[in-house]
Amino acid sequence: MTAEQIIFLLTGALVLGSAIMVVTVRNLLHAALWLVASLFGVAVLYAILQANFLAVVQVVVYIGAIAILFIFAVMLTRRELMEKGRQTRPNWWIPALLGLLLLTGLVLLILNIPGINRTAAALPVGLDTVQALGTALVSPDAYVLPFEVASVLMLAALVGAVYVATVDKK
Amino acid sequence: MSIPLSWYLILAAALFCLGLYGVFSRKNAIAILLGIELMLNAVNINLVAFWRYLNPTQMAGQAFAVIVFAVAAAEVAVGLALIISVYRRRKTVVADEIDLMRW
Repeated sequence: MTAEQIIFLLTGALVLGSAIMVVTVRNLLHAALWLVASLFGVAVLYAILQANFLAVVQVVVYIGAIAILFIFAVMLTRRELMEKGRQTRPNWWIPALLGLLLLTGLVLLILNIPGINRTAAALPVGLDTVQALGTALVSPDAYVLPFEVASVLMLAALVGAVYVATVDKK
Repeated sequence: MSIPLSWYLILAAALFCLGLYGVFSRKNAIAILLGIELMLNAVNINLVAFWRYLNPTQMAGQAFAVIVFAVAAAEVAVGLALIISVYRRRKTVVADEIDLMRW
């Protein structure tokens, strides 16, 4: 077992362990903090995969913005549900069964794909992945259209969120 | 790069199933959004792993992952705004009690 595999296994344990805490812990504020730990593990996975830009964006956007939004939303809503009563539905075992079934099905499916145990070849010499991604995102024969559509979506979400969350002055 | 591709896929599958469990078992609408975040991250792990293992010179996997980031940010902003707005009017964040549109 190489050092890289050991790092992967430790990171995977961090991601899955924190994800289990996210879906089971009672206090939602703690759940949001466990989500931060899980997302940080995913950023480490991106770094192992040599997707440098995505590793940084994962920390900045997911941990820096989305997780903080969650913490704000938890603090702005009522704390009673958090403190008393069940956090899960009474028939929580149905989704647990569904998740386990889906997991076994997916794992069986994945292990039956031919060539699934391949390891990655080294990146081509001189390939700057950040530069290549930037060029691909604005190049007309690559992904400029999805990129622009995403920016329109962000604007629509911004205006929509402001409109929905504004207090009515009636 | 001595890690087999299947490890990433199995990790992502497990993360996706945990998110699915969170979405279906939680009562609180904010906790349901937390589950959705886990599922989106599982998808992103798959996209980046396929980019790295199949054809790193073709940036499709990373570009798609960037789009998923943008969609996730938009979804969280609108979703949390909706939850806060509903909380202000109905004083609840329990998904079962927000049944105005139940037919």
